[in-house]
Amino acid sequence: MGIEGVGARVARKEDKRFITGGGRYVDDMVVPGMKHAVFVRSPHAHAQIKKIDVKKAQGMPGVVGVLTGKELKADGIGNLICGWMIHSKDGTPMKMGAWSPLAVDKVRYVGDAVVIVVADTKGQARDAAEAVEITYKELKAVVDATKAIQPGAPQIHAESDNNLIFDWEIGDGKATDAAIKSAAHVTRMKIVNNRLVPNAMEPRAALGHYDKAEDHYTCWTTSQNPHVARLVMSAFYNVAPENKLRVIAPDVGGGFGSKIYIYPEEIVCLWASKKTGVPVKWVADRTESFLADAHGRDHVSNVEMAFDKDNRITGLKVDTIANLGAYMSLFSSCVPTYLYATLLSGQYNIPAIHANVRTVYTNTAPVDAYRGAGRPEATYLLERTMETAARELGISPAELRRKNFITSFPHQTPVIMNYDAGDYNASLDAAMKAADYAGFAKRKADAAKQGKLRGIGMSCYIEACGIAPSAAVGSLGAGVGLWESAEVRVNAVGTIEVLTGSHSHGQGHETTFAQLVNQRFGVPIDSVSIVHGDTDKVQMGMGTYGSRSGAVGMSAIVKALDKVEAKAKKIAAHLLEADEGDIVIENGEVKVAGTDKSLPWFQVALAAYTAHNLPAGMEPGLKETAFYDPANFTFPAGCYISEVEIDPETGVTDIIQFVAADDFGNIINPMIVEGQVHGGIAQGIGQALLEGAYYDGSGQLLTASYMDYTMPRAGDLPSFKVSTSNTPCPSNPLGIKGCGEAGAIGSPPAIINAITDALGVVDIPMPASPATVWATIRATKH
Amino acid sequence: MSDVSLTVNGKRVSGSAEDRTLLVHFLREHLGLTGTHVGCDTSQCGACVVHVDGRAVKSCTMLAVQASGSTIVTIEGLADGAELHPVQAAFKEHHGLQCGFCTPGMIMTATDMIARHPEGLDEATVRAELEGNICRCTGYHNIVKAILAASETMAKGAKGKAKQAA
Repeated sequence: MGIEGVGARVARKEDKRFITGGGRYVDDMVVPGMKHAVFVRSPHAHAQIKKIDVKKAQGMPGVVGVLTGKELKADGIGNLICGWMIHSKDGTPMKMGAWSPLAVDKVRYVGDAVVIVVADTKGQARDAAEAVEITYKELKAVVDATKAIQPGAPQIHAESDNNLIFDWEIGDGKATDAAIKSAAHVTRMKIVNNRLVPNAMEPRAALGHYDKAEDHYTCWTTSQNPHVARLVMSAFYNVAPENKLRVIAPDVGGGFGSKIYIYPEEIVCLWASKKTGVPVKWVADRTESFLADAHGRDHVSNVEMAFDKDNRITGLKVDTIANLGAYMSLFSSCVPTYLYATLLSGQYNIPAIHANVRTVYTNTAPVDAYRGAGRPEATYLLERTMETAARELGISPAELRRKNFITSFPHQTPVIMNYDAGDYNASLDAAMKAADYAGFAKRKADAAKQGKLRGIGMSCYIEACGIAPSAAVGSLGAGVGLWESAEVRVNAVGTIEVLTGSHSHGQGHETTFAQLVNQRFGVPIDSVSIVHGDTDKVQMGMGTYGSRSGAVGMSAIVKALDKVEAKAKKIAAHLLEADEGDIVIENGEVKVAGTDKSLPWFQVALAAYTAHNLPAGMEPGLKETAFYDPANFTFPAGCYISEVEIDPETGVTDIIQFVAADDFGNIINPMIVEGQVHGGIAQGIGQALLEGAYYDGSGQLLTASYMDYTMPRAGDLPSFKVSTSNTPCPSNPLGIKGCGEAGAIGSPPAIINAITDALGVVDIPMPASPATVWATIRATKH
Repeated sequence: MSDVSLTVNGKRVSGSAEDRTLLVHFLREHLGLTGTHVGCDTSQCGACVVHVDGRAVKSCTMLAVQASGSTIVTIEGLADGAELHPVQAAFKEHHGLQCGFCTPGMIMTATDMIARHPEGLDEATVRAELEGNICRCTGYHNIVKAILAASETMAKGAKGKAKQAA
C-alpha cells in the first residue's frame, strides 16, 4: 500500500473548498436574469380544490409569473411515477394514484404543491404567494396506516380501495405455519418502526433555466443521481427530450436517500422557466423540507419467531403494514418489499420464512428510502425479537445468536438472497471484547449503588448493498438497471480524469476514487480529478444510494482502468521493444520486469497522443469507458453493542459506550469508512432516542422544524468505538461490500435492547425520549 | 430600504438592502460570500455562523441593517492567505466534515469556542458548546476530535509566540 493507495488513510482532496467556503451548492448558483420561486402548498391534509384565484398575486411587486397545475397539465407535463412495479399476491399490479407536480383537483397531504409564484426576489415571491387565493373543500383525513385500511376510512386515491396499494408476500407460508405449530417456543412481538425525516443539512433546491435560442433546458438540482433525474424527467414527465436537458448536481449537502427522487419542484421550475422566460430558482425552507421531502420508515409489524427445544430458529412469520404517504414516491414500493423482507433471515439459519406486506396511502408526506431503506426495519424487527426470545428462553443474547448464526457460505436464504461471505462470530467476538461485555455485571451493580439503571444491548445486522444486479432487479419489478459506468481519461501529460456515474454528497469520492488510480498507475492523487454530477460531462450513471458507489461505482472504474492499463502496456512494450507480458507499472514508472528499461508514466501517455510511434493499427489516445453490472448484492454485516445508563428520576438515557464491529470486506480509505459508520450510528441513535415525525389526527405535521423535531446534537452522543474485520466480497473485483448505511441499520435495536434491559421491560417505543422512559418506569412500578 | 456598511474579511463594503434582509442573505446575495449557509428557518442549525465584532453569531438571527458598522469575519476570511487557519486544518486532518454544508458554521463556532477557552477544552465542553450547530453526516465524533486537536495546536502556538516575545 502506497501512502495514497488503496488502504491508506488519506485526507480528503475535496475538503479544501468546503473548509474555506468555496463549496458550490445549488443555492450558490447565480444565472443572469434569475428569478426566485416560492410554492404555495396545501394547508390541508385532504381537500378538494374548488377555486384558485391568482389575479391579486399577479399584480404584486416584482412578480413575473403565478402558475397553476391546470396550465402545467395543458402543457403536457406528466404525473410523477413510482419506478418499481410490485404485484399483489393475487397478481394485480400495485395501485398507483395520480401525482401531479402541481395539484389540480385535490390535495392529499399538508405541503402538497399547488401553485408556483416567481418574482424578482424571494421576499416578493413570498409576499405574492400569501396573496394567492385558493378555495378548498376539506375532506376527512387519515394519517395512520393501520386505520387507513379499515373499511370506511377516507379514500385518498380513486385508484385504490381502502387505500391499499398492494398486498404482497414472500417466502413459504405453509412451511412457516407448520414450523410455528410444532415449535417448542414461539416469541411474539408487535414491532413499530417510527417515522423519520431524513434532514440532510442542505435543503432541497432547484434552478431551472430554459434557453429559448437553443430550445434547451439546464437543471441544477440537489440530486444523488442526476442521470436518473434526466431520464425520468425526459421519459415520463415530458419536460424535454434527454438531448435537450442537462442536469447538474453540483456539491450536494447530504442526501441519505431523500435526494434520490425526482420531486415536483425541479420539474415545475424547468417548466416555469420556459413559461416565464427567466431562469427560476427555488430553495426549500427547512419547514418545507419537513413537509415535502420524502420521509422514512413508518412500519407496524407483527412477528412470530419459532424455536425448537435446542433454541434453534425453525420459522419466522412477519406481517407488516407500511405507510407510503399520500403518493407513491420513485422507489417507495421496493423499500418495504425487496429491500426489507429479503433481509429477514438476518445473520441466522432460518429454514422457513414468510412475510406479508401491505402498503397503504395516508394523508402524509410520501415515504421512500431513508439511509438503510428497509434493512433498518428488518434488522430492528429481527434483533428486537431475538433479544426478547433470549430473555424468554433464559439464555444469553450472544449465545442465542451464536447458536443460530450462518457459518458456511454461500448460503441461500428462503427469501431470495444468497449470502456470499461473512464471519458473524468474528464481529460478535470483536464487539463483545471492545465493550468489555464480561465486565458489565459489575458495572451494572456499581451503577445501581448510585441509583442508576444500566443496560446492555446488542444487535447483529446484515444488509444487502452493492445495489444491484440489473437482470435480477429487473425480474423483481425495477424499471431501471442498476449497473454503473466509468470513463478514465489519461491526458497527454499523464494526469487523469475519472468520470463516474456515482455522485458524491459527502462520501469523499474525489479522494477514494483517486486512491484507486494511484494504486494502479502511481499517479499522485492531486493529478487525478474525479468528475461527477453533470449529464453533459458523464455519459450515464445510476447515482449514489444503497452503499453502491464502492462496490458498483468503483468496480466500473476498475474495469476502465484495466482497459487503460492494457493499452498503456501495449504502447510501452512497443516503445521499449519488449514483450507486452513483461511490462509492469510501478510507482509511476512503466518498466520491463527484471531489466532497468523503463519509461515514466507520462511518456507513455504522451506517446498515445502524439501517435508518432504506436503499434501498427492502434488508435491514438488513452481513454477507456466501462460499464459494470454487479453479479450479486454484497452483504456487509456486523455487531453493535450499546451500554446505557438511565436516571430513573428524570428518564434521561446516557449512552455510556457504543461499539461497532463491522465487516465491510476490503476498504479503500479507513478514515472515510469510519466517518460513514459514525454518521450512520448517529442517525440510528437519533431514531432510537430522539427523532420522530408526528402528524395530528387532522394531518398537520407537528414536527416541522428543528424546534419540534429532535435532531441528534453533539451533546446527545458519545464518541464511538469502531473497528472492522474483513471477509472480502467475492463478487466484485475490489472485494468491497459497502459501508454507508450500516450504522443506521445496526444501531437502533442495540440501543432499545439496552434500554429494555436496563428497565426490565419487554418493549419501549422509539424514540425512547426521557418522557417515554420516565413514563415506562412509572408504569412498571405500579 | 436601508444603507448597510460593514467591514467584511478586512474590506469595507456598503450597499442598500430591504429592511427585512437578514445578515446571512446580505452576505450571500449582496456580497457573493456563499460559504455562509442557511440550513433552517429557526436559528437552530448554525450553518450560518459568522464572527461579528469578534463573537460567533448566527447570521440568520440578525438583520443586515442591525450589523451595520460591524466588523465581520466569514469562513472565506478565516485563512491567512494560502495558509489554513488551524481549525480549518484540523477539520481536514481529522475528517471533521463530509458533505461540507454545516462545516463553515462549525468552524466559525469552533474558533470562537477555542478563543473563549484559553485554559483548553475537553470533550464534554466541546460537545456542550456545539449545542447550536447541527451536523447530519459525521455523528460529531470527528468534529469533536478536530476541535480538541486545533485547541491544542493553537495553545502550543500561543506558548511559542509568548516565548519568542520574552
